[in-house]
Order: sequence, then C-alpha cells, then structure tokens
Amino acid sequence: MREWLQNVWEAVYTVLVGMTITWRHLFTKSVTLQYPSEKWPLPPRTRMRLFMKYEDCIGCGQCVRACPVACISMKTEKRPADAKPIWAATGHPIKLDVTAFDIDMSLCCYCNLCTYPCPTFCIYMTPDYEFATRNLTEHLYRFAKKDAVFLTEDPKKKAGEEPKPGASPAGAAGA
Amino acid sequence: MDVLWGFLNQNLSGFSGLPAWLQTAIPAAICGVLLITFMALGPILYVYVETKVAGFMQDRIGPKRVGPHGMLQTVADAVKLMFKEAIYPAGADKKLFILAPCLVVLGAFMSFVVIPFGARGVTANLNVGIFYVVAVSSLSTVGLIMAGRASNNKYALFGAMRSAAQIVSYEIPAVMTLLTIVMIVGSLSLNDIAMAQAGGLHRWFLFRYFPIMPVAFLIFFTAGLAECNRAPFDIPEAESELVAGFHTEYSGFFFSLFFLAEYTEMFVVSAVASVLFLGGYLAPHPWLQQVGPLPLGWFWLWFKAWGLVFVMMWLRWTLPRARVDQLMYIAWKVLLPIALGLVVIVGGLVLKPRTAHGFPWDRFVGWPITLLVVGFLFTAMVRALLWNRSRGRELGDSGSPSPVQVWR
Repeated sequence: MREWLQNVWEAVYTVLVGMTITWRHLFTKSVTLQYPSEKWPLPPRTRMRLFMKYEDCIGCGQCVRACPVACISMKTEKRPADAKPIWAATGHPIKLDVTAFDIDMSLCCYCNLCTYPCPTFCIYMTPDYEFATRNLTEHLYRFAKKDAVFLTEDPKKKAGEEPKPGASPAGAAGA
Repeated sequence: MDVLWGFLNQNLSGFSGLPAWLQTAIPAAICGVLLITFMALGPILYVYVETKVAGFMQDRIGPKRVGPHGMLQTVADAVKLMFKEAIYPAGADKKLFILAPCLVVLGAFMSFVVIPFGARGVTANLNVGIFYVVAVSSLSTVGLIMAGRASNNKYALFGAMRSAAQIVSYEIPAVMTLLTIVMIVGSLSLNDIAMAQAGGLHRWFLFRYFPIMPVAFLIFFTAGLAECNRAPFDIPEAESELVAGFHTEYSGFFFSLFFLAEYTEMFVVSAVASVLFLGGYLAPHPWLQQVGPLPLGWFWLWFKAWGLVFVMMWLRWTLPRARVDQLMYIAWKVLLPIALGLVVIVGGLVLKPRTAHGFPWDRFVGWPITLLVVGFLFTAMVRALLWNRSRGRELGDSGSPSPVQVWR
C-alpha cells in the first residue's frame, strides 16, 4: 500500500516536473534557422565549390598532380612561337594554351590541396555551397573558354616601358 | 433548439402555418448545419495550434510559410488530403473500410448535440445528457475496430484491439467520476450540472469537497486523454510500434476523417470536462456572464475547453508513450480504486444532511486553491522568462554566430 501510494505520488509529481520543463521551453527563443532566407555566416577560408580563373592559368598542371582524387583534368598545347605573348595577372608568362580544364565537383573531396601549388593563385575554393543538381553530370564544370581575354602586357612591367616581343620576362618568373 | 424554434415562430410570418414535421425539421437542420460547420472547421484550428505548440515546446517555430505565420498550413494540408486518392488495400472489406471512418466521426460529432454553450444554447437538452455522451463516444470504438478489421493488416488490427481494450478500461474510471458529480447534482442533464455550479468560481465542482473533487477531475481528465487516444496514451496508433495503428491503410479523405474525429473528440472531452468541473458556460464571476446584451456563455465554454485542449497538447509534448501493461495498470489498479473510493466518499457527503451552522468549506477552500494554482503558473512563467534571458546571455557570451538575414 505504501509503495503503491509512493508510485502514484511519484507519477503525478514527475508529470508536473516534466510539464514545468516544457512550459519553460514554450517561451524559449526558437533555434530554427529559416534556411533559404537566413544563413549562418561561413567561417573564413571555407572550402566549398572550386573555381578556376581561366585567364590566369599558365597550364603548369601542378593542381592536377596534387589532386588526390583526380577530379581535375587538363589539356594543354604548346603556344605557337609567333603568337602574341600573354601574361597571367601575377606576371607569369603563359606559354601553354589550356584547351580544356574540367573539374568534376562530384569527385572533389574539398581537401584544398590543388590551390597551394598554383603559382598564379588562379584555382581557389569559393564559399558557394548551393550547387546541388538533379543530374550528376552537371557537377562537371568546364572552365576553358574560347573567348578569354588575356593580358597582353606584363603587369609587372612599369607603365610606359615597351614590352619585348617574344622574349621571356625573366624577372617575372623569378618574382 | 427550442430557442431557435421560438425565434423562428416569432419573427417569421407563416412559419407556424407550416406542417408540424417541418417546424421541427427546419430548426434541426439549422442547428445541424451550424454545429457541423463548427466541428468541421474546428480541427483546422486545433491542428494549427498543435503544430505551433509542438514547435514552441521543442524550441522550433512551427509552420511559417503558408499564409501569415503559417496560418493556412492546415488549410493546405486539408485540401491536399481531400484531393488525394483513397487507396483500398487488396483483401480489404471495402464496405466496412468506408463505413469505419464515418462511424468514428459520427461518434465524435454526436456528443456535440448535448454540450451546452449557454443556459439555453444547447441543441438538445436531454435529461440523460451525460449518459448520452458516454454512450455515443463509445460508438467510435466500434468504428476503430471496424477499421482495424476491414484493413486486412495486422498492424491495423493490433491498433484496433489496443484501442478497444484501452477505451473499455478507461471508460470505467471516467464514468465513476461522472457518478460523483451526478450524485451531487441529482441530474444527468449537462445543463443542470452546469447550472448547479452557478454563483462564481468557488461553486465550481473542481473546488468542492476540497481534496476529493480535484482528484476526481484529474481522474476524469486522464481517462478522457486515454479515451481520445492522445499521448501519453496513444498506444493504438503508436507510430514506433505499429505503423500508424488502426489507420495504417487509410489515405486521402478517409484518413482526414480519422484526423477530424481525433481532434473533435479532444474538444468534446475538454468541453465535457469543463461543463462537469469548471462550470461550463458560467463565468468565473457572475459579473462576467454578460457584456451588455451579449451573453458570453459560449465564450466561457470555448475558453475553458480550449484551456484543457492546450493542456492535452502540453502533455503530449511532455510525456513519453506508456506501455500497454502500464496503461492497464494505471486504469485498473490506480484510477479505478481511487474513483471507487471517491464515489463512496462523495455519496456519504451527499447523504449527510447539511447543517445550517456548518463551516462553508466550499467558499473558503476553492478560492485559495485557485490562487495557488494561478500563482504557481504565473511564477513558473516569470521564472521561465528569467531563465531564458539568463540562458540567452550565456549563449551570447559563448560567441556563437548569429544568423544573417539574406532575403525575406
């Protein structure tokens, strides 16, 4: 009998305790984030979708070698000797025509290893993470452009100086 | 209904010239349409409030997108359910399968007929009102068993059997507590029961015979929870054990009928509980019974029933589901003995002749209890607000980033 009464009392009491807790939470600020309209700020150096600035690529292929999952594929051709000399924004002369530069984001493991060796900093991670697609092949990003506009002047050269035609700017490579 | 009849008689010329059966049928039809509209539209509101309460209690915000503050979410859900295909499982007894949800809804809706929304605002003032409610609400059990049997699904049958066992068990303590009220009032009519509590808050049956009637109220409310299959007694549709219990195989409109019945039953149980224990359509003080010419009886009943519906929701999001054996333990070994004891004690108290010089316990015990309860709730609320504020400060100090508004 004593135990029974104790059980009944405990049942009623614990229900009340639980109800107090839920009552408290009734007035708690909700933690919901209305996702498409609100977003958490991303931490700096977030590694999301890869981007490659085609105009700055010198076709060295270091990113391709660095990639552990081989998601970058690149094709280069030697630039003809009589072609107009072009430079990357960092001052590196572009001696190879990059005819294809494909990144398969469905393979990418977001390790960021490809961006470290890039001498011209043309490949980097962007904070864009909303690129879900219905079709997996849409994750293959082709960065090579036919109509790319390259720098025809060495950006490291001082303004007013004549660029040496066909010559390799040794100062830029060393810098 | 007789009020409406009188009104029509006075204000519509030619109404008294109609044949006798039409004179009954027309007010009955008007009452029916009013009640069915009220009952059919009610669950839209209940479901909205339920989702919101559930959200707030889990620190979420609930529906937000459809309409202002998500108010049209349940309307959208209802429309979706209406237009969904009704699927009949292979091997199902199609006739019973269709009849079952109708019967469940019927059982829930028929109780509305005797619930008084005012001293004269009752569709049918039956002299066996409370008995009628008990009888009619058991009708839905038949519907549930039918649904389980007709679905040709083992989980549905499990759910139906559990539901039957549960309702049969919990009906007994509920009726026992009803009996105490009936003994005090000496009438089965819901209107008489409400009127017996006239005179203010301290006359409500909740506060009579101090430690006895509050316990009776608790028992009745618990049994009511079990009878409308609400958590923590929702084992008939325990979604983690049976898929969805008796309505596993139902879809579309027939599923929405079960939904409708569940929420209507919630309201019925709450309304009956408030008529029996909380004075029904009577205001806490006679002054508040009427504002000018406008009687507030319907408001008070609605308000009290809603309060109890809210407590049901509160309990649902607080307590885990009881096991079947625990459920039976509570019904047969806890509620029933206590209810029987209450019947004996109240019977003795009613038989005992009242002496003119006796201390009026009713008047002096009900009020302090009310004050205690209200004070407890108020302090709990204030403490909750303070707790949240301090917790917010802690969160702010920890430097967790806050969301950024991108677009609205």
